[in-house]
Amino acid sequence: MTSVSIRNLDLNFGAINVLKNLNLEIEQGEFLVLLGASGCGKSTLLNCIAGLLDISAGQIHISGRNVTWAEPSERGIGMVFQSYALYPQMTVEGNLSFGLKNQKMARAEIQERVARAAKILQIEPLLKRKPAALSGGQRQRVAIGRALVRDVDVFLFDEPLSNLDAKLRTDLRVELKRLHQQLGNTMIYVTHDQVEAMTLADRIAIMKDGIVQQLDSPEEIYLKPCNKYVADFIGSPAMNLFKGEIVTGDTPGFVANGINTGLAGYGFERPVTGGAAWMGIRPEHILLGQACEGATVQTEALVDIVEPMGSDTLLWVHSAGQQMRVRTEGQSKIKSGDRIKLGFNAAQAHLFDATSEMRL
Amino acid sequence: MVDLPMEPSGPKPRVRLSRANIMLYGILLLVSLYYLLPLYVMVVTSLKGMPEIRMGHLFSPPMEVTFEPWVKAWSEACTGINCDGLSRGFWNSVRILIPSVLVSIGVASVSGYALTNWRFKGSETFFTILIFGAFIPYQVMIYPIVILLREAGDLVTPIAQSANPALELLGLEPFGKVRIMGSLSGLVFVHTIFGMPILTLLFRNYFASLPDELFKAARVDGAGFWGIYFRIMVPMSLPIFVVAIILQVTGIWNDFLFGVIYTKPEIYPMTVQLNNIVNSVQGVKEYNVNMAATLLTGLVPLIIYFASGKLFVRGIAAGAVKG
Repeated sequence: MTSVSIRNLDLNFGAINVLKNLNLEIEQGEFLVLLGASGCGKSTLLNCIAGLLDISAGQIHISGRNVTWAEPSERGIGMVFQSYALYPQMTVEGNLSFGLKNQKMARAEIQERVARAAKILQIEPLLKRKPAALSGGQRQRVAIGRALVRDVDVFLFDEPLSNLDAKLRTDLRVELKRLHQQLGNTMIYVTHDQVEAMTLADRIAIMKDGIVQQLDSPEEIYLKPCNKYVADFIGSPAMNLFKGEIVTGDTPGFVANGINTGLAGYGFERPVTGGAAWMGIRPEHILLGQACEGATVQTEALVDIVEPMGSDTLLWVHSAGQQMRVRTEGQSKIKSGDRIKLGFNAAQAHLFDATSEMRL
Repeated sequence: MVDLPMEPSGPKPRVRLSRANIMLYGILLLVSLYYLLPLYVMVVTSLKGMPEIRMGHLFSPPMEVTFEPWVKAWSEACTGINCDGLSRGFWNSVRILIPSVLVSIGVASVSGYALTNWRFKGSETFFTILIFGAFIPYQVMIYPIVILLREAGDLVTPIAQSANPALELLGLEPFGKVRIMGSLSGLVFVHTIFGMPILTLLFRNYFASLPDELFKAARVDGAGFWGIYFRIMVPMSLPIFVVAIILQVTGIWNDFLFGVIYTKPEIYPMTVQLNNIVNSVQGVKEYNVNMAATLLTGLVPLIIYFASGKLFVRGIAAGAVKG
């Protein structure tokens, strides 16, 4: 069943087109992440779904109801904001019950719902406190609780973890995932953090300039980015990209700086045609030393910088005038200045057309 | 043993009586003397009897402290035919002050809130025009407002009189011709209008400094225009309300011009009455009574300032830092 359906949505701020003919179908119980660099329109889209921004054209349906002209409170949504947006003069309890009081709900039911939300989020001891007396993580939990008590179909998250420190962010991320599994609500989550997107999402919508570039499962986006932008955006450190040319022949090849890289094993999306193209290979797909025996592409490189990160090591190398990032195991003995052998399999590479930047 | 220069460690030693400090405090002392001296003379003079004042020792403290001038200023000094002192003016001022402050702050805060959070087409233009009003010298508008109030009275008269049969049935006095010019409500209206530009600016900027997401959260929670205003915005804006109250109380209390133009002698505010007492040309100039009357008139803003000065500074600063 479709939970949220966005049809031909346009949003203009004056002459600026922020969202362009956007279509999105979100399934019941799905966790959808809107991912993109700042200014791509992802928060704007969320505000449109919430009804906090008037759209210029198109329709929004939530739970089978056309809510295009409905007030935010009538849409069956709960929203969690980056800055928590807790009402500072009210206690936690007051914050949780504010929306219910506005609905003129009976006092007993309000108490019941607040108690249930507090239990789920483990904030029962905090109910009598003011937001100022809470830590960042506790505040964000209260903010989630405020959406929870309203018993809505759809949860909207606007970068909810961005204001937290790194450790807390990881903890709350897991909690959010657990919460989603427990509640089974539809959740739409805006973030610019690809780790959050990859770990939480059932599907990710990568946005750029108000257009959804790719809407797919995290795995698919990682393995088969549909264009160069998505390929470059997903993955940390970013994918290595080389400009070159595809030559057709008995076996197609990719030529960059005079070196022909065989493309045996690469799964082309469409019939091979020659011409300018980009080749991309993720740092973690580059093999080193013994491991690259038998790889379809092999070369030698000079190590410039070594960044040990404990769990893995990042190498910045250059070979034939190309800068490359390589990810290898944590306890690597490689030092800066070393000459190393490296290679990769064409099957794990990505090819994009130079002009359209679409996957080949 | 020779005192070797110490190696720097710990807090840097501060010289209390450096040349810069002496200069600084010297100038501060001089300036405060300059400002406090007139106040001192007023207080001292108001506590002296007339014979002592005639001796001419302006700065010397009273040989014999008397509160008679204060009593006289409050309840006996004459203006025209009334000889009940400043007390009449005081109560007039209170009756002008309270509605003027409440109405002007109420209207301005709601306008500021609407201009910040409920933008409508042309709201920015509206705001610009409103602020422009703050730069027009208000003397220019005195006469147009006289006409406005006069005409408004004529306009309201038939509406009010239409309620007369009902009033007669209830045994109440029916309405005659309604006069807004020269009435208390007219003056309240004038004070509200003239407070509008600066107060709206004040409130708008303060509300704009509050996080936008709070407003959005309240909308998702189903609160409407007034719900958000009263339950979210106002409780968060105490400092700016204090600032506005101080500005308006001092401004309206100290107002002379509007009071003298838009009211009539029975409801003259305290400032106008003070002027009439001090500037009366008949009889002996009672300097001690004049001083006491002036101090009495200035007392209300002074008390307000001392009671809430800290909040005032905090309110101004809060807006400035966040905005």
